[in-house]
Order: sequence, then structure tokens, then C-alpha cells
Amino acid sequence: MPEIALEMKNITKRFPLVVANDKVSFTVYKGEIHALVGENGAGKSTLMSILYGLYQADSGQIFINGKKINIANPNVAINLKIGMVHQHFMLVPPLTVAENIILGMEPKKNNIFIDMEKAIKRVEELSESMGFKIDPKAKIENISVGIQQRVEIIKVLYRGAEILVMDEPTAVLTPQEVEELFGILRSLKKQGKTIIFITHKLNEVKDVSDRVTVMRRGKVVGVKNTKDTNQEEIASMMVGRKVIFEIEKKPLNLGKTALKVEKLEALNNKGLPAVKNISFEIKEGEILGFAGVEGNGQTELVEVITGLRPASSGKIFLYDKDITNYSPRSIREDKIAHIPEDRRQRGIISNYTVAENLILGSHYRSPFNKGLTLNFTAINNHANNLIKDFDIRPSDKDNLLKSLSGGNQQKVIVARELYGEPKLLIAAQPTRGLDVGSIEFVHQQILNERDKGKAILLISADLEEILSLSDRIAVIYEGKIVDVLDPKKTDEKEIGLLMTGSTTNKKLSKVK
Amino acid sequence: MKSIKKFDYYILLEKITPLIAVIFALLVGAIVIMLIGENPVFVYKTLFSNAIGNRDGWGNVLFRATPLIFTGLTVAFAFRCGLFNIGGEGQMYIGTFLATWVGFTFTNLPAFILIPLCILAAAAGGALWAAVPGILKAKTGVHEVIVTIMMNWIAASLTFFLVLKFKAPPTAAMVAAGVKQMIPHTSEIAEAARLPRLYTIFKFLNINFPSYNQVNVSFLIAVGVAILAYYILWKTNLGYEIRAVGYSPLAAEYGGISVAKNIILAMVISGAFAGLVGTNEVMGFKYRWRQELFTGLGFNGIAVALLGKNHPLGVVLAAILFGILNYGGAIVNIFTEGRIPRELIMVLQAVIVIFVVISDEVVKRLIRQRRKTL
Repeated sequence: MPEIALEMKNITKRFPLVVANDKVSFTVYKGEIHALVGENGAGKSTLMSILYGLYQADSGQIFINGKKINIANPNVAINLKIGMVHQHFMLVPPLTVAENIILGMEPKKNNIFIDMEKAIKRVEELSESMGFKIDPKAKIENISVGIQQRVEIIKVLYRGAEILVMDEPTAVLTPQEVEELFGILRSLKKQGKTIIFITHKLNEVKDVSDRVTVMRRGKVVGVKNTKDTNQEEIASMMVGRKVIFEIEKKPLNLGKTALKVEKLEALNNKGLPAVKNISFEIKEGEILGFAGVEGNGQTELVEVITGLRPASSGKIFLYDKDITNYSPRSIREDKIAHIPEDRRQRGIISNYTVAENLILGSHYRSPFNKGLTLNFTAINNHANNLIKDFDIRPSDKDNLLKSLSGGNQQKVIVARELYGEPKLLIAAQPTRGLDVGSIEFVHQQILNERDKGKAILLISADLEEILSLSDRIAVIYEGKIVDVLDPKKTDEKEIGLLMTGSTTNKKLSKVK
Repeated sequence: MKSIKKFDYYILLEKITPLIAVIFALLVGAIVIMLIGENPVFVYKTLFSNAIGNRDGWGNVLFRATPLIFTGLTVAFAFRCGLFNIGGEGQMYIGTFLATWVGFTFTNLPAFILIPLCILAAAAGGALWAAVPGILKAKTGVHEVIVTIMMNWIAASLTFFLVLKFKAPPTAAMVAAGVKQMIPHTSEIAEAARLPRLYTIFKFLNINFPSYNQVNVSFLIAVGVAILAYYILWKTNLGYEIRAVGYSPLAAEYGGISVAKNIILAMVISGAFAGLVGTNEVMGFKYRWRQELFTGLGFNGIAVALLGKNHPLGVVLAAILFGILNYGGAIVNIFTEGRIPRELIMVLQAVIVIFVVISDEVVKRLIRQRRKTL
């Protein structure tokens, strides 16, 4: 029997509307990588917040190395050698790597001055122990997200952590960076550290973990040795039913050219070129996927096409109509639907009700608007219909959007955008942060539109998504399309290299 | 199910925070009164029984509440579009002056034309003055707080210039005594431009009401405007867009809503509300423009809107509360022969505002803590 590092017994945590943790028991062995999986709202984060002292459990006990303890706040957790790497990094951008790591626990010279030399040495030691090098004097704002995450990991180790909790660490990484992270995790394991790894992505569970605990609706539904299980089993445990992984795609049935972009250029918010001489076409019945690391011009490209950002040069045609630099409203009237990447800022008005959100963009038109006043009968009927068709939960049209889960917020957006038969659908990061069930739903909706003969522009940082949905893949890097690939003849590795700027010699036949 | 009830209880708490704030403020006021060496029970009893214990008191309260309803709506309406219009004072000046000018210039028009014309002029003046910061914000991004403050001073100076230009000729009595106007003022507006006092309506309805009470039809206009504001914000397409811009300009833009257009419109409507203060101050009360440097009515509108949670109904209630405190405070001052200064009432108003802000934040945190799940 392996040594137990952490044991949480019968943890119950109630919130006014839900029981977030219902008698959850969770055991982690010393020196293992333990994956904690579950859909959004399954209670993983609550459980980890209790472990880290951010919440107090209503009942239940926590044992560390066999000793019963009470974690009143994060400082207690840190003293107990528990470290947390948050999904959103807690770093100070203008400070250096070393300064960020020692922040709050600075080594002192003569009890007054910060001993930077010692700090830098310690940072170097820690990074070398995990098999990589890091420049302790580099500023956070100048290093990549992947490196920033390493800084977070070192920060936790610097504080002496033996148990590391990693909250969805791969969400922001490229495939290469994910591989490197897994290397780091394995070397930490070799050093005897215990790692709790929260994730949605089941292939990662398979790749890196030793054991997996699955949660659903506040309860633990199973604990497995990773090698004795498979993705399908974990997925069905997570959602409580069978999940179809292989997306059934009907054969490609191309129609007329729906969208044509010619030599498009645009600036970003800082006034620098973000979209550089981009040209492409999308035909009816086709999904063109844009793969790329975030911040390589995808956001700006979508904003230019939807009228939210001016094009500095170039042309955009919807069928034969030149729509370059039209207003967002007239572009909507020309039937371009847009699932925006920034769901919370762009896609929804979180203080508006479901019904109000479902008419955003068509609120001024019949039947929702009659003369000067809104027609609430039509608005409410519309809402009730879409809530039913898209299974939006809870099914009350008068709920404020902010009270809905991410998946249901996205359903509201998808329902709204697909209503009224768009000619072109632009889906930017359509499944980011969603749980398995919602991802499946959104993918199915996108494919349905394709099969109905709609043109679709898909943008995603999730390569699996790009590969499984797209009919063609354009790889975007620093505002340029570096290659266009056939998804059947490429893989994550090749795309991953292209989207980080390395070129492959293997030129693929372009499907143009 | 029990837990859901508890949640609703917090929502309710959020709605009634102003009430809690008022109670706390009265307690703090009681302490201050005791420190002065007076009996708080006596003071509050005098205050409330005189302000709302009889019809005359109510009339005085509503008369004082009327301009605050207008300026409170000014702040609340703009706020719904995410704008902080603190230029109510200046917008009120321009609107009121314009209404006065119409009132003493077109003296041969009949009342049924002149009264609406004056009301329109009041609204138009305020709207015009608010349009400037609105356009600047929409087109260049200049912050409306800066521009509205500066426009307040311009309005004060401009009306000063205009009042000297349209100064009333000295009356025969003044000529005989050899005195000049102490406070610069214009001629009186035409009889046909004056709003009747509510007394005339009560008399018609056979309700006993003192004829000297100054509350006039402007109060009804204020209530009408509050209903209008509610209707625009929650029942029309325009309100949908204005609130969308207020909640999330990015989402509004994405939904094909012109952020610039709605900012300008919200400012214009908000300014029109401020201009309508003229219906009470000139058309219903002084009948002429009398130059003052800031009456404070515009600024008090901020407090009223805050207390009323930027909701038209809340604004009306908050304005009435301020009316009670203003009038009741004056009465207490007289009853105690000046031992309780009127300034105490200003302290009370300020404390209420502070407590609203505090209790709002406290309740918000409570709810966030409860909601922080998943």
C-alpha cells in the first residue's frame, strides 16, 4: 500500500443554491500525479479551494500525512506545504522572474535588503532540478505564457510545496508547451512531489496521470488507475451517459463561394499591424478552421469581418457584395452570425435576462420591436422556443445571464446566432471553458450548419477541435496565413510547429 | 428549497439597502443631536409631524421634492447608459433660463400654447447643454465628468451674462426709493406661462388645502417624467439599447448597437430632465429668473439618484425623503429657536448617502460570498 499524502474525508460544502461537495472523499498517494476531472460545476474547484483554505467545509476532515488538520486560510495551506498553480496566473508583469518568485518571502541581507543574488541562485537551482533553464532576470511581460506558467510552478516550489495543485494548467498552452509541461510534472514526480492535476481534457489524463478521480454534481463517481481505464469510460462517468467522441462528418458538399477575403490588413488596439495581407475563401457547406496561438491576429481578423474593427486595406465579399468596413448592424443584416471568442465581454450582457440576450442584434426589428416599444409577447415566445430547442438550463427566460453556467451562456449565444438562418457563421473559440456535454452540443450545431450548406469560419486554440471539425485548416502566425492544410493529411504536431513559427519541409498539397 | 428562500432574502436585502441606510443615518443623527444637548425624540417628532403630519406639510415636502425628482432622474437616466452626468446644475440653468426667456418674450400667446412652449424650451435648453458632453464623449472619448463640470461653470457665467442683458426694468417703487436690483433678475413671465398651484386642483375636487402652499403642477410633470423615464428604459427599443451600452459597451457594439448614438441620446434625454427643473422654479414659483451661483439642486440629484438606486421610482421616493428632511429641518430650526441648525439636516443627508454606499457594498459582498460557488 503506497503512502497517503493527502486524504479528504466526507467533505460537504453547501452553497445556498447547490451542494457543491456532497460527502466527497478524495485520497492522493505520495509521489503520484492524480488527475481530478469533472464537468464545470462538478465541484472540483470547490474541493481544491477547501484544501487551499479559501473555503471552509461544512463537515468532513482533512488529513495530511496521516495527521488531521484544519486549514483556516491559504497561509496555513502554504505552511502545510500545499501549493496552488492557478489557471489565471498571479504574476506582476513589470517585475522579473526572480522578483515574482520571491514576492512575499524575500531572502534578506542584513535583515533589511533583498538578497537578489541568493534569490537568483535559488530560482536557477529549482528550474534545473526540473530539467529546464529560465532567465531569472527576464521580465514577466516579455516572456511567453508557457514560461510564465513555469514561473508559477517555481513560485510554489520556492515556498516549499510538496503537494502541488494545478488548476487546468494546459488551457493556455500550445501542444509543444503541453508536452514540456508534462515533462516537468514527471520530473517533479521523480523528486517525490505529489501533484493534483485538474483538467477537462481526457487525453491529458491518459498521458500524464497515475490515477484519476472523477466528480459529477458534487460527488465522486469513481476513482481509477489510469492504466486500467480509457477516455470513453472516464467521459461517460463525467457526464453520466455515453459520449460520442468520433464526430460523424458527412461528405463535403461544396457550393458557391460565400466569403471571400482579399489582401486584408488591419491594426490592433495598439495601432500595430495585426492582420497582414490575408486572403482566403470559404464555400457553402465548408468549415475553414484557423489554427494558431492566441494573439496572432485571429481576434482582429474576426473583428474586421464582423465590422467591429476597420480594415486598413483589402476587401471582404459576402457572395458578390463588398461588405468591407460596413457597420456591425448592416453586416448582421447581411446574415453573418458571430459566436465571439470573448463570451463574457462581447457575447452576452450578463445583467440582461435570457430573453433579453436572445434578441440582441435583432431587438430593433419586427417582431421584437413594434414602432417605438418592444413587443414582449414576441420576445417571450422567442425565448421560450429557443430555451426548449437548445435545452438552455435553467429553463426560465427571466434569469439573468450571469446566473447561468458557462455552457448555458454559450448555448444562449449559439441559439441567438443560429436563429434566422445565417449565410456565414463565424465561431471563435466556441467551446472554450465548456464541459464535455456542452462541447459536444456546440460541435453538433456547427456541423449541422455545415451540412445545411452554410459557410463556417472556425477559430480555435484547441487543435483537436480544429482537426475534427475543419474541412480545411489555415494556420495563422503573426497575422499571416503560413499554410493551408488538409486535416486528413496533417496532425497536431505539424500544426503545432507551424503555429509557433517553425516551418516544415513537408509541403502538403493545398486544398484550395 | 429552503436554501433558495434564503437566497431571495439576500436579493430583497439588496433592494432595501437604502432603507437600512436611512435608519442608520437617523441613529447617527440622534447621536449628533444628543451631543448638541437636545432631545432626539423631540427633534424627530417635530420634524416628521410637521413635514408629513398634515396636508400643508406634505405640500411643502412635495414642492421641495419636485426639482430633486428632475435632477435625480437626470443622473439616474444617464447612469443607465454608463454615464456619470454631474452637469445637472448647468443643464438646469440653461433650460430654466430658456423657459424664462420664452415666458417673458412671447407674452401675447394664450396659455395652452405658451405653457407647452415654455416646458419644451426648458427641456430643450437642458438637452442642448447635455448634448455637448455627450457628443464629445461619443466622438472623442473625453470623459463626461470633466466636460459636464466645466459646462456647469459655463452655464453659470452664461446665464449671468444673459440676466444682465435681459434685466428687468426697475419698478416705480425702486425708482422712487433710488435703489437698484440686489440680485440680478429678469422680468416676470407672462401670466399665461405660469403653472397653476395644486391648490386650484384640490379646490376643484373640494379637498381642503391651503391656497398659499407653493406645490404646483410641476410636481405632476415630475411624476409624469419619472414614468416616462421608466417607460423609455424598460419598454422601448431605445431603452434596451441604452441599458445595453451601459452594461456592456462591447456586447452592445457586437449586437449592432451604436454606442456613440446611444451615449448622445442618453445625455440629451438626461439633460432635458434637468432643464425641466425650470417648470417648478420659474413657471410654478418665482415666475422670473433670479441669478444665483449654483443652487445645489443639480448636485443633490446625484445623492437622490444614488439613494434611489438609479430607478425612477426610487428617485421619486428619495426626492420625497430629501423634501421631508429639507422642510422638516427648517421647521425644527424654527421650533428650537435655532438651537438645531438647518445644517444638521445636511449632515443627515450626507450620512444617508455614505450609509447607502456602505450598505450597498456590504450587501454586495454578502451576496457574492453566498454566490461564490462552483
